[in-house]
Amino acid sequence: MTLQIHEHDVIIVGAGGAGLSAAISAAEQGADVGVVCKSLLGKAHTVMAEGGIAASLGNMAPDDDWRSHFLDTMKGGWGLNDPKMAEIHALESPERVLDLERWGAVFDRTTDGKISQRNFGGHRYTRLAHVGDRTGLELIRTLQDKAVSLGIQVYMEYTITEILKDSTGKKMAGAFGYWRVTGLPVLFRAKKIILATGGSGMAYHVNSSSWEYTGDGPAMALRVGAELVDMAFVQFHPTGMVWPLSVKGTLVTEGVRGEGGVLKNSDGERFMFNYIPDAYVGSIADTEEEANRWADGDSSARPPPELLTRDVVARAILNEASEGRGSEHGGAYLDIASQRPTEFILQKLPAMYHQFKELAGIDITKEPMEVAPTCHYMMGGIRVDPETQETCVSGLYASGEAAGGLHGANRLGGNSLSDLLVFGNRAGIHAGQSAQKMKTFPKIPEDNIESAIDHLSFPFKNKSSGEHPFRLRDELQTIMEEYVGIKRDEEGLEKGIKEFQQLRSRDSNLFATGSQSYNAGWQTCFDLINLIDVSLAIAYSALERKESRGAHTRIDFPTPSDPLGKVKFIISLSSGKFNISSVSIPTPRKELLAMIKKDQTKQKSSGKK
Amino acid sequence: MSAEINTSSPPSSAPPTYPINYTFKIFRGNDKTGEFVDYEVPIDEGMVVLDAILSIQENQDTELAVRWNCKSGRCGSCGMEVNGMPKLACMTRLSDFDPKIPITVTPMKTFPILKDLVSDVSWNYEVNKTIQPFSPDEDSDFIYQQEDIERSREFRKCIECFLCQDVCHVLREHDKKDSFGGPRFFVRSAALHFHPEDTADRSEWLKEGQGGIGHCNITRCCTDVCPEHISITDNAIIPQKEYVVDNYYSILGWIKKQFNK
Ligand SMILES: Cc1cc2nc3c(=O)[nH]c(=O)nc-3n(C[C@H](O)[C@H](O)[C@H](O)COP(=O)(O)OP(=O)(O)OC[C@H]3O[C@@H](n4cnc5c(N)ncnc54)[C@H](O)[C@@H]3O)c2cc1C
Ligand code: SF4
Ligand code: SF4
Ligand code: FES
Repeated sequence: MTLQIHEHDVIIVGAGGAGLSAAISAAEQGADVGVVCKSLLGKAHTVMAEGGIAASLGNMAPDDDWRSHFLDTMKGGWGLNDPKMAEIHALESPERVLDLERWGAVFDRTTDGKISQRNFGGHRYTRLAHVGDRTGLELIRTLQDKAVSLGIQVYMEYTITEILKDSTGKKMAGAFGYWRVTGLPVLFRAKKIILATGGSGMAYHVNSSSWEYTGDGPAMALRVGAELVDMAFVQFHPTGMVWPLSVKGTLVTEGVRGEGGVLKNSDGERFMFNYIPDAYVGSIADTEEEANRWADGDSSARPPPELLTRDVVARAILNEASEGRGSEHGGAYLDIASQRPTEFILQKLPAMYHQFKELAGIDITKEPMEVAPTCHYMMGGIRVDPETQETCVSGLYASGEAAGGLHGANRLGGNSLSDLLVFGNRAGIHAGQSAQKMKTFPKIPEDNIESAIDHLSFPFKNKSSGEHPFRLRDELQTIMEEYVGIKRDEEGLEKGIKEFQQLRSRDSNLFATGSQSYNAGWQTCFDLINLIDVSLAIAYSALERKESRGAHTRIDFPTPSDPLGKVKFIISLSSGKFNISSVSIPTPRKELLAMIKKDQTKQKSSGKK
Repeated sequence: MSAEINTSSPPSSAPPTYPINYTFKIFRGNDKTGEFVDYEVPIDEGMVVLDAILSIQENQDTELAVRWNCKSGRCGSCGMEVNGMPKLACMTRLSDFDPKIPITVTPMKTFPILKDLVSDVSWNYEVNKTIQPFSPDEDSDFIYQQEDIERSREFRKCIECFLCQDVCHVLREHDKKDSFGGPRFFVRSAALHFHPEDTADRSEWLKEGQGGIGHCNITRCCTDVCPEHISITDNAIIPQKEYVVDNYYSILGWIKKQFNK
């Protein structure tokens, strides 16, 4: 088999917001950069992002600054966030948004000609820079054009299946995979590798993801000795479409609620007022009248409970439905038609209008939408150094949704796009700089390349008596939904893990037919191997975390536990076995700690009044 | 759909009972050889052409090649031809088709066919590289109003599905890929041109470079197929044709050209 070989100082796996940010920064350090992605350039998940980028620019709310953004992120993450990452993220995101503007992104404007911002759940100030409801398209196109103008080489439709190390087995040395078009093997030799592969939403039937989201980065990192962190925390976005079935799970942006949309049950009640958690009592409006005033711009009013964090809203919708007050197809009604004039909706939410009109035959300026939770985002991911984004494997970096630590137990809306920009940039700078210091490329033992090539053909050796990739994926999704979904308990998780181990013993029997060229069944075999590893990591972490916190709900441990609020669980893999250990979360530095304490006291006292 | 499930007003004809079997004639092959293969697929309410293709892939033929990502008309991956019309497969609802008549699905024909429904669109990425990127004034403060961006906004909605490229006869019939950029890239140069902070003059590219805007004879086919409803011809192409005339042939432009020779 002919092997394609390419060589770059820095190879970036992933061309979403994180990968392209990293590529630009690494190239600006003078490194020779190659970007590899499974789809065409510009089609990564980032293109789908709708609502906006969180950054305390203070254009709408002059009182906002990085400190408030930091506090909101920590609070939304139930204190489980890595404080250093949360600090860096809050500090640097405004500058990264301005970078985008300087590179040609056209954000919505304020009346004084600056970048306009919008409200989102969990952000105490009006904070999300946005472009209508197609912020992701603007972001990715801007980065894509910038990367192209810097002459960065992009390998489109190449899938990486393995990270290869040097002969010492300690240092990262290259990335191996195939070109989808021919299915033939390809080797990227590199001094540094950045994994920016996004999430793992395909682990669930109902998701807002494309076929790309199979956890490749975390799984490949795990297999070469890197660690995963916070894997129990899977974000179910409260508002996915529910009907028709063919679009079940497709996202309805939080921007609908940010722009004034409200949630109602089948009795027409705004039920979110019944679900305000203790930590937020006092900072959320408790009457419809106050909530409406806030939505109309009265800054003395508190925000409506529809803008509580996603974990809270998702559980509330499920609860309403399970108690018999759900919408026709088992969700809730999201109504902006009764709250805002048609023209406003068309200007602020054009893509949503389009999406419902064409896919569901619903006019959102006249009727309510039906929504229910959908698997949306992985808070967990590859464990990295907060400043450099390097993993514990020398030369291997991670950033974006593939990395973990920043968001803790729950991510705030808008904090992903800012995460991509801030930490993509950092990964690029550090990988770019340290690659420059290396004179030669690490050597990859020939045997490892041979066996990687050999592995590519295993599904064809199995013939059709083996495991059907799409059936196996179906089984995996069913297990995840049944045992590792929004609500979990010990018995279910243990069952789930057992069933996954069985799946794992069957994955070497996966079969494919025909040729390797653009063969969906064959490709799915490799995606599945990753998906099984990541699903197991989620299940193990969920079993270990005997508490309910943020996105992780244990029916058998319904409240947060103080001691568990101080630790993160780490997953690693050695000789095919998953290990789980705990590390304590670093205490935030003094100034930040004092800020957090002060904020908590302030809130408690306002809750009493 | 809403009319059919609305029980308060009796439907004029009986609502269809799902699933309904549809037949798809799908192109299987590559640039050199190929054939149409028939597949029968049970279709549920609300399903789109892409659902049917993915169902074939999962249940009947795992080798079938197709591109997709977002399944909601946002990424522009799933451009193909449905009964000869350039469409996004994920936004083409099957309820608009008669189940008794087979639906033909082919790849975008203006580009070389890689396999089945996947064409080689890499030429488009090469064209993009020839356009001078965003070029702001160095000391700009980036203060501008909402109304200043409305024009460029329309063009920035482009999802790069390349359906307009597929339908344009200059590329499709006359294969002028060496001297013509195509509607997608007139949209891109317009997005830059109307950016409130951009200062570059791309008339050379439009006139004599890869743009080749003179080849366009304003048939408006591109506008008709754009899933983002961008008025490609009226708002992007015609103003730039005028701009080229004003700028490129202006005496100043002429002198500048002599100088640079
Ligand atoms: C519908 C929707 C709306 C959203 N809205 C918002 C929002 O408003 N605000 C916000 O902050 N966040 C939002 N998010 C979340 C946010 O968009 C994502 O978390 C973010 O875009 C992930 O970016 P990334 O760069 O990490 O990965 P992605 O953009 O997903 O890119 C991953 C890249 O890695 C490549 N890749 C993966 N595996 C491999 C492999 N094995 N080999 C080679 N390449 C590989 C892929 O091809 C792709 O190029 C939204 C998400 C969705 C789905
Ligand atoms: S209007 Fe011009 S660019 Fe558009 S399809 Fe016709 S010839 Fe091509
Ligand atoms: S202009 Fe319209 S048709 Fe052409 S690529 Fe862009 S979105 Fe597609
Ligand atoms: S799959 Fe994204 S536009 Fe159709």
